[in-house]
Amino acid sequence: MIENTKDTDLILPVVVVGHVDHGKSTLLGRLLFETDCLPEGKIDSIKAMVNRRSTQFEWSFVMDAFKAERDQGVTIDTTQIELRTQDRDYLLIDAPGHEQFLKNMITGAANAAAALLVIDVVEGVRDQTHRHAYLLKLLSVQEVVVIVNKMDLVDHAQKPFEDVARQIRSYLEELDIQCQTVIPVTARDGDNLVVLSERMSWYRGSTVVKALEALSPASLLIDKPLRLPVQDIYHFDSRRIVVGRIESGRLKVGDEVSFSPTGKVATITGLEQWNAARKISAGAGESVALTLDRELFIERGQIIHSMNAPHVTHDLTVRLIWLARTPLELGAKLQVKFMTSTHQVTIAAIKAVIDLEELTFSAAERVQQNTVAEVVLHSRTPFAVDSVDELAPTARGVLFDTFNVVGGCVALNLPTSSDSRNIYPTGHRISVEQRVLANGHKSGVLWFTGLSGSGKSTLAMALEQELFKRGWQAYVLDGDNVRDRLNRDLGFSPDDRSENIRRVAEVARLLADSGNIVITAFISPYQVDRERAREIAPGAFHEIYIKAGVQVCEDRDPKGLYAKARRGEISEFTGVDAPYEAPEQADLVIDTENKSVEECLEMLASYVDDAFAYVPSGRKHVA
Amino acid sequence: MHYLARLESESIYILREAYRTIHPLGMLWSLGKDSNVMLWLTRKAFLGRVPFPVVHVDTGKKFPEMYAFRDRYAEHWNLNLVCGECPPIETIDPSLPPAARSAARKTEGLKAIMDKEAFAGVFAGIRRDEQAVRAKERVFSPRGLNAEWDQHDQPAEFWGQYTTRMPQGSHIRIHPLLHWREIDIWRYTKRENIPIIDLYFSRNGYRYRSLGDQDITEPVKSSASTIDEVIAELETTKVAERAGRAMDHEDEDAFERLRQHGYM
Repeated sequence: MIENTKDTDLILPVVVVGHVDHGKSTLLGRLLFETDCLPEGKIDSIKAMVNRRSTQFEWSFVMDAFKAERDQGVTIDTTQIELRTQDRDYLLIDAPGHEQFLKNMITGAANAAAALLVIDVVEGVRDQTHRHAYLLKLLSVQEVVVIVNKMDLVDHAQKPFEDVARQIRSYLEELDIQCQTVIPVTARDGDNLVVLSERMSWYRGSTVVKALEALSPASLLIDKPLRLPVQDIYHFDSRRIVVGRIESGRLKVGDEVSFSPTGKVATITGLEQWNAARKISAGAGESVALTLDRELFIERGQIIHSMNAPHVTHDLTVRLIWLARTPLELGAKLQVKFMTSTHQVTIAAIKAVIDLEELTFSAAERVQQNTVAEVVLHSRTPFAVDSVDELAPTARGVLFDTFNVVGGCVALNLPTSSDSRNIYPTGHRISVEQRVLANGHKSGVLWFTGLSGSGKSTLAMALEQELFKRGWQAYVLDGDNVRDRLNRDLGFSPDDRSENIRRVAEVARLLADSGNIVITAFISPYQVDRERAREIAPGAFHEIYIKAGVQVCEDRDPKGLYAKARRGEISEFTGVDAPYEAPEQADLVIDTENKSVEECLEMLASYVDDAFAYVPSGRKHVA
Repeated sequence: MHYLARLESESIYILREAYRTIHPLGMLWSLGKDSNVMLWLTRKAFLGRVPFPVVHVDTGKKFPEMYAFRDRYAEHWNLNLVCGECPPIETIDPSLPPAARSAARKTEGLKAIMDKEAFAGVFAGIRRDEQAVRAKERVFSPRGLNAEWDQHDQPAEFWGQYTTRMPQGSHIRIHPLLHWREIDIWRYTKRENIPIIDLYFSRNGYRYRSLGDQDITEPVKSSASTIDEVIAELETTKVAERAGRAMDHEDEDAFERLRQHGYM
């Protein structure tokens, strides 16, 4: 009898948060009792248990299901329970208040549309009050009702209540969190939960139940731009089916949609289902299965979108909450998942750690457990994300180490995709922008890699000359100007080759920092070394694969090195008796085997134009 | 979007996440109302298919109606059915209270079939509103090397990002129905016209609300003999769903201990 049920589409999830021991579980237990939502026999079974243990009855025992929670009188893990009132149903989520269990608080609160923030009137606003309120903001929980609890401890007096109310209101205001209501409550005795308490006749505002009924459900995402992260691709039969959940917006059969970050386009030809009426459209929240009009390269993690596209970037500034015991360090390598896409990331910068009490930002070397910070994530594979104030679902990332969740983050202030690759942070008095303006181009590193004889040095020198003619700042680093002097202590063993590349990367970084376009021409045979070079110059590194096979290079043998290697006069020669790992995902591949020097140079120059040309953002065409 | 559609969509998302990220998978089928819905949702997610084995851990003490249902629909739905046996009661921890000890046979049966099939993940149709300990569960819940549940140190789980990687030898329990309520199961069963064992309907003033082993499951007083009547009853009842399951009520923490050692 679905038709007869009350407004069942609105089961509002509400989380109860606050400092440890301020009475969250007690509030919930008593609230369920007052609203007659406890199953038959629940109170009796708790009373029997209390008698067996010879302890006091506590309302929190309704929620605290683990024996250890009852033994210690502390909520360890989050739980959920249904509350039914006349208007609608609620899913009440209990969240632990102890700092040690913050990950469980987040697990619970992330599902909520609104929150009850519980504060002990005697203890007032404490660490976890601040932390939980701040996390509500980070989790995009929009509405908060404040419950000032344990009013019996201050003889139900108004003054202490007002003091706490003022304090928390101003804090929430600074966080830009809506707080309509602050309610004085004695949860244990049920005062002001369902009916107004006679013991607090000075308070004639909402009861807790009234305040719950005044909460509005989370804003609908269906009217926002389309975001459908690809979850999987099925080939159960001849059809190729793309599945995923629409996070925002809507789509219909016949729509032309795009894929980010590839930029590919296709038209939706069908919405596949089993045991359901034919469907031609779908909206936010729906898990769908699509067929398309053409065969594209589609993989998990891509985002299907409409005209309005997500931002594509390799460097992402996020606000994060760090949950692991070991602090987060600059340069740390982690995995981050944004919806269905997974990225291997490096912490490229720790911009600031946030003091949750004062709401101030300060510089830090590392981020401690349960701390909020702003950091820059660098990924070799591009992120396709939104900023959290535009579209929360596709702005949220969860951080993992090998097996564990170690934090959560939201994307902030995204740059436009065209600017995001080449900019450095710098501590100098001259800003990156000033150097760009003075030079008329951006700076960065073009890292050439390829076998000996593939044409790296030839092309590097030609490109340098070409850029110089345009008036650009460009400089080539190659074996001749580095190995002879800076790195003359290094040989050709794997270790020495690695150190050689590290130093070259550091020098390239400095030159790029000073405004140059740096072209490096080293065999750099190991993928890991090139990865590291990319990390040394994050955001400004362009891996260019100068591609030619061993046979061709050996035939060219401009310096006679292959011949020497074959005769055994030099050892550990790449391509002969030392390995070369071709780039997995070069930014540009120049095939010198099949193209002339002029053609290759043309390709390089055009790439440099796209990547480094400075186009003032406010510039308009003059008629 | 109707709330049942939302529940369905969420479960489909979970099923597809598991299918993409964990191999090999199995799905526990207890033949009850919940696991029938779970199987149905699986066919929704994979467009009519159940692309992994379906496991019935057989205590040998189920109701005859349940065995008949299993054999009929395993064939009808074209399931790859795997049956696991449970060890005799004498091999089970004697410190457990009697009903819990009986239920623990199922844990051992499950462990044996998990070892045999080497599943990295197994779906179980448990729900939060059934039992307070289950209410604290995760959607993707890691188990240790001996299937044990570290209930005091569960992973963080938010924004639809789940724990999908585990060290070799341990496994992950996946709970696609964790967010469903008892009444939702019935409303969905009605909407989709999902077959159901008629032990759930009233006979001589009693019906089963939850099905387990014959010897440790009691029916509840009820006159509900159709799905509509069951739904109407649930809209007003104050009796807990598992009131008839003896193993939940013997000791304060009997059920928690069962789950800690690998029970569903």
